Amino acid sequence: MDFSLSERQRLFQQKIHAFASSAIEPVAADLDRKELCPPEMLSALADQGLLGTFVPVELGGAGEDYVSYVAALEEISKAWASLGTILTAHNSLVCYPILRFGDEAQKRKYLPLLTRERQLGCYAFAEPGAGSDAGAIQTTATADGDGFLLNGRKLFVTNGKQARIVIVYALTDPARGRDGLSVFIVDKDSAGLSVGKVDGKLGLRGAQTVELTFRDCKVPKSSLLGGPNRGFEIARAAVESGRIDIAAQAVGIAQACLDQSVAYAKARLQFGRPIAEFEAIQWIVADMATEIEAARLLTYRAALGRARDRRDGALALQASMAKLYASEAANRAAYNAIQVFGGHGYLTDFPVERYFRDARATTLYEETSEIERLVIERELAKGSAGL
Amino acid sequence: MDFELTEDQELLKRAVREFADGEIAPGAAERDEHGRFPSELVPKLASQGLLGILVPDEYGGAGYDAIGAAIILEEIARVDAAVALLVGSHNSLCSGHILAVGTEDQKRTFLPPLARGEKLGAWALTEPGSGSDAGAMRTRATLDGGSWVIRGDKQFITQGSMAGTYVVIASTDPSLGTKGISAFIVPRETPGLNVGKIEKKLGVCASDTAALHFDDMRVPRENLLGKMNEGFKDVLGILSAARIGMAAMAVGIARGAFDEALKYARGRRQFGKPILEYEAIQWMLADMATEIDAARLLAHKAATLKDSGQPFLRTASQAKLHASEVVMRATSKAIQIHGGYGYLKDSPVERFYRDAKLCEIGEGTSEVQRMVIARDVLK
Repeated sequence: MDFSLSERQRLFQQKIHAFASSAIEPVAADLDRKELCPPEMLSALADQGLLGTFVPVELGGAGEDYVSYVAALEEISKAWASLGTILTAHNSLVCYPILRFGDEAQKRKYLPLLTRERQLGCYAFAEPGAGSDAGAIQTTATADGDGFLLNGRKLFVTNGKQARIVIVYALTDPARGRDGLSVFIVDKDSAGLSVGKVDGKLGLRGAQTVELTFRDCKVPKSSLLGGPNRGFEIARAAVESGRIDIAAQAVGIAQACLDQSVAYAKARLQFGRPIAEFEAIQWIVADMATEIEAARLLTYRAALGRARDRRDGALALQASMAKLYASEAANRAAYNAIQVFGGHGYLTDFPVERYFRDARATTLYEETSEIERLVIERELAKGSAGL
Repeated sequence: MDFELTEDQELLKRAVREFADGEIAPGAAERDEHGRFPSELVPKLASQGLLGILVPDEYGGAGYDAIGAAIILEEIARVDAAVALLVGSHNSLCSGHILAVGTEDQKRTFLPPLARGEKLGAWALTEPGSGSDAGAMRTRATLDGGSWVIRGDKQFITQGSMAGTYVVIASTDPSLGTKGISAFIVPRETPGLNVGKIEKKLGVCASDTAALHFDDMRVPRENLLGKMNEGFKDVLGILSAARIGMAAMAVGIARGAFDEALKYARGRRQFGKPILEYEAIQWMLADMATEIDAARLLAHKAATLKDSGQPFLRTASQAKLHASEVVMRATSKAIQIHGGYGYLKDSPVERFYRDAKLCEIGEGTSEVQRMVIARDVLK
């Protein structure tokens, strides 16, 4: 057993930590209020190797492993969780499926675009009537000459406004439900694809989400990813990776809550002494630190399984456990951080107010806590042991 | 980074599990019911190396590290927490203390009989008026000619009436508080070592808990364990290591409760289908399993830090705090899944539920763990 990062992983983490502290933290509150991530910030992230972190160098990526990527996501999310969301959508939901399921031509065409050429990707899965239930997707892809015609509406598309490349889930065999789903790599400029307004959200405001509408949007045959009717399998792989990402994002938010709470508790005087000297505050801090450590261990265990390209039930189990635990722990941490700050924590002047709003999303996206529990129980019943 | 057990550790886990299932589990309910100490298991535990877990081969032990000890304690606690407590306190506290600071002579004299199970070990720190607050200790050791004379009372001593070798903590200079504390090795036959009340308890009923009274107990000068007046530092080190063991024990009980609950949920049918098919039951099991894995990772991380010579106090306290609270929730849910049957003595989860509570108290209460953690985080 070895709980430490390798030298290379540690160096990458330190580099991203330094970048996040100097280039993100100082501007996070302001950008979050403006509800946007400016192009300069995206370029800065790309400079750090965060667009395509685990994509091989020969395809334009940074060539780091998935553990380094997760360590980076934690650091970025600690500074501004919205960026964690943008990176997750781009890396785990777009680059990863292309890397794993794409043919040689698709990899050579799209991955350099998404990495070296700094074009953003987005993931169009959810619909008005289909969230966790892939079988309820209604968007269709009908054969049309040398390609397909896409028709339907997609919701909650992170990066949808800025992205150049869209991963779209559509039915090629509607009679088969989720087993008739296919995935298409679509150029955002395609005729028939329109972008809706930016959603107003409780948190993660820098990561804009939009609705995408497809009306007789013609895509070539070569845009089909992984062959016909493999959509559900691809979705599972992508979301499994996405879950570990969100766990890392949650750990980052929770750690930010702890760091802020500790600093504030030492500085804030009440009844003639720092509130850090009161047991009530000490206990909050002790519980927060303990849960963060537990969440981080679960997260890195899953990340390591993913780095080793494990594809069995144990990885599904570990990813869901990490996501469930870390997201719930982040919400407790954010709640308690505001409690440590008292009324000041309720003001937008302090970052804990933002952490509280951002943390809330982590129990919802890349599957809700309720779905994570179903996955965990399913794997346990099958005998996929955790350890 | 690697979260898997090594092949040797897997083998150890499997061997201890087999031994625990075959030898320990069958009598667990009966011993618990009658509060009967598992004397018949002592030679068997010894033959498996489980009474010399940390003791190196040269002193007759099995020479495992902290991770090995955690694996062993988890597997035993999965079927019987009282036996896990015996094994944990014997190894981590008594033998562990002698091993950590004993002289070569002391190790050669006292460790082999402990490792072979000829003598059980006890560790006497707690007093009626001093639990977590070791500075309030009243037991006094004074030098009189060639020997120490020890007077005082100890409370909550595991193996208190059954041990052959005791490590006794006493004040050698009360004016110095915690800086005037020392440890002594005391053989059972020492005149003046009197066993007091044998306690009845909520859980771990087969474990032996007794009060000790030292009435002008004379101990040879060379039985001072560690440096005079520096015992407190040693005690903290021993307790921190033992917390990892207590965390592993909590994980073991929780795992036992989980396994029983899953088995029951598969077999129990209500409204025409196994209750495992209801989300209400699935969620309880999912939460139990997630928390158990988290607790185990914390325990193993603390053990790994200790084994590699890195600071481990905060992580050990986090592991113990988290695991003990997890086992309380897990055993409670296990009873809930069993319904009324879980409330009956016929079901092992009834015992697990009572045993679990010890984990929030022994080797420092949850409140003390939070103090330790907060002090470190806020420093």
